[in-house]
Amino acid sequence: MRSKRTELFVGCFIVLGVLAFVYLAVQVSGLAFSAKKDSYQIVARFDDIGGLTNRAKVTIAGVTVGSVESIVLDKELYMGLVTMNIDADVDNIPLDSSIAILTSGLLGEKYLGLSIGADDEMLGNGDEIYDTQSALVLETLISQFLFKSDSED
Amino acid sequence: MAVTEAYIKVQNVRFSRGGRMIYDDVSLTIPKGKITAVMGPSGTGKTTLLRLIAAQLTPDSGTILVDGQNVHALSRSALYKVRKKMGMLFQSGALFSDMSVAENIAFPMEEHTKLTRDEIATIVSSKLHSVGLRGAASLMPSELSGGMARRVALARAIALDPELVMYDEPFTGQDPISKGVLVKLIRQLNDDANITSVLVSHDVEESLSIADHVCILSGGTVIAEGSAAEIQASSDPQVVQFLKGEPDGPVPFHYPEDKHSEEAVI
Amino acid sequence: MKSISLLGAALLDWFEAVGRAGIFLAQSIFRVPVRFNEAVRLLVQQLYSVGVLSLVIVVVSGAFIGMVLALQGYSILAKFGSEEAVGQLLALSLLRELAPVVTALLFAGRAGSSLTAEIGLMKATEQLSSFEMMGVDPLRRVIAPRFIAGVICLPLLSLIFSATGIMGGYVVSVNWLGVHDGAFWSQMQQSVYFDTDIINGFIKALCFSVAVTWIAVYQGYECVPTSEGIGKATTRTVVLGSLAILALDFVLTAAMFGDF
Repeated sequence: MRSKRTELFVGCFIVLGVLAFVYLAVQVSGLAFSAKKDSYQIVARFDDIGGLTNRAKVTIAGVTVGSVESIVLDKELYMGLVTMNIDADVDNIPLDSSIAILTSGLLGEKYLGLSIGADDEMLGNGDEIYDTQSALVLETLISQFLFKSDSED
Repeated sequence: MAVTEAYIKVQNVRFSRGGRMIYDDVSLTIPKGKITAVMGPSGTGKTTLLRLIAAQLTPDSGTILVDGQNVHALSRSALYKVRKKMGMLFQSGALFSDMSVAENIAFPMEEHTKLTRDEIATIVSSKLHSVGLRGAASLMPSELSGGMARRVALARAIALDPELVMYDEPFTGQDPISKGVLVKLIRQLNDDANITSVLVSHDVEESLSIADHVCILSGGTVIAEGSAAEIQASSDPQVVQFLKGEPDGPVPFHYPEDKHSEEAVI
Repeated sequence: MKSISLLGAALLDWFEAVGRAGIFLAQSIFRVPVRFNEAVRLLVQQLYSVGVLSLVIVVVSGAFIGMVLALQGYSILAKFGSEEAVGQLLALSLLRELAPVVTALLFAGRAGSSLTAEIGLMKATEQLSSFEMMGVDPLRRVIAPRFIAGVICLPLLSLIFSATGIMGGYVVSVNWLGVHDGAFWSQMQQSVYFDTDIINGFIKALCFSVAVTWIAVYQGYECVPTSEGIGKATTRTVVLGSLAILALDFVLTAAMFGDF
């Protein structure tokens, strides 16, 4: 009997540990157990990626439609080359759309916002968005402001 | 006394531990089917001798032959096989504290034989019966008195019907009745099953009363070896001092004050 | 000159000790296995005494640490008007650091010390020699189940610690301080990644569990078999175990999160 109860407790303990793991995975990290969503890749080059990180979200009208896959330096153009995965069901982004690096809140994380263009052709796998707007860098803003006020004098 | 076949031969063994020489050229023989008592003052490494025989320790030089095999030259698995022929009764009993009395005795059989549960249970109760503790089968070791624990340990030591049983200080800390019971049990086991027994003790009276063969160790060497009667008749001053328990003699009352004691302090 | 040679000798001693501990571990895990049924029974027994008995202290400390984190985090985040981020703070600090480290420290004190004391006592009462005399390898029979149980238990306990900590923090921040329920979870889910945070925290706990259990069983097995020796060995388990946890934590954190 003694060992039966021990086994029962140990069983409960292990189940509890597994439940905790599942809880953390689902509730805390928001991991979805559905198969990995199909996606296609598009790229964009920025003058300044200013603190954008891997896996930052990509949004249209504030709705997340994808995430940043990688950020590397384009060695020829000296620009930040951002590759992002866009969910496959969002397949109607016009070719002339623009993309900007935005900040959520004053101190929040950086993310990408897509602004829809008017072209009839849509972006496909491997296409590039040419109309990009870099991150706002505080130092640049201040120096622009100072430069402007100087020239007005 | 007729010369009997030797079961264990200890030949020119030297052993030191922590820089201290414990055995300096010890040779002795333990005859088959007899009770041999190894006696000597505390600190002469009597327990060490048992551990050397069981090959839990390895001598610096010299050989120990158990039933003709050099136990220190054996591989691990061969050594474990030899050990199945040995039973050891530890000073503290060494019962496994997480098992009941019956489980303790059943353990070596479960481990080394292919007997069924029922067969093991039968043997356990017969072994317990032979040490007079059949009623204690379901107790835990913590519920036993010192004497009972030692008897259970004895039952466990003989569970596999060994050829050799080693007793490490079986009488220490026992009341006179327990001592008497143990003396009787050891004698009985030895005679019934033709077991070779080695008894390490400094209880002169009990040891001499049951031993067929006696070795006295002192200062790292064997100072006397022979039958109980021969030892008692010995005129060697060291032997006489030990047997009579005289406070001063060849073994001085005062611990020598040389550089050894300084080392000990450090 | 003398000090240099002393230092060298100390270093050699240390290497020797590490080597001995390594051989000890390898022997206890890879030697001839005991019978399968018996091995399972022994393991279950150890899972009980190492894991189940540590559960209460882990759950209670997890809940309280989560609650305190929520309180402290809230009061600071409220100054910036972003008290919803308390969920993010709670989850990240628990998963990445606090759960593995605090659980491992509690484990070293609760389970590690009792492992050392138990094995030390078995040595002092000659139970280990007794196994050896019966032709049963004490490493395989006594050490292996304890080591394996310890390695299994600590990561599980760490997960339970995280979960209870987050629940405790949730109760304080949402039910008590009035943080918005949805914002609490969504902020958390946005910033917590399954692989970098949960899996890395789990790996940390696994490393700690190997280190702590190894130290505990080794100290027990190598202790001087007297009451004083067992006491010292138990203390050493807690001290060395805790230091090993903190040092390992630094190395692992640098390796896992260093580039963030």
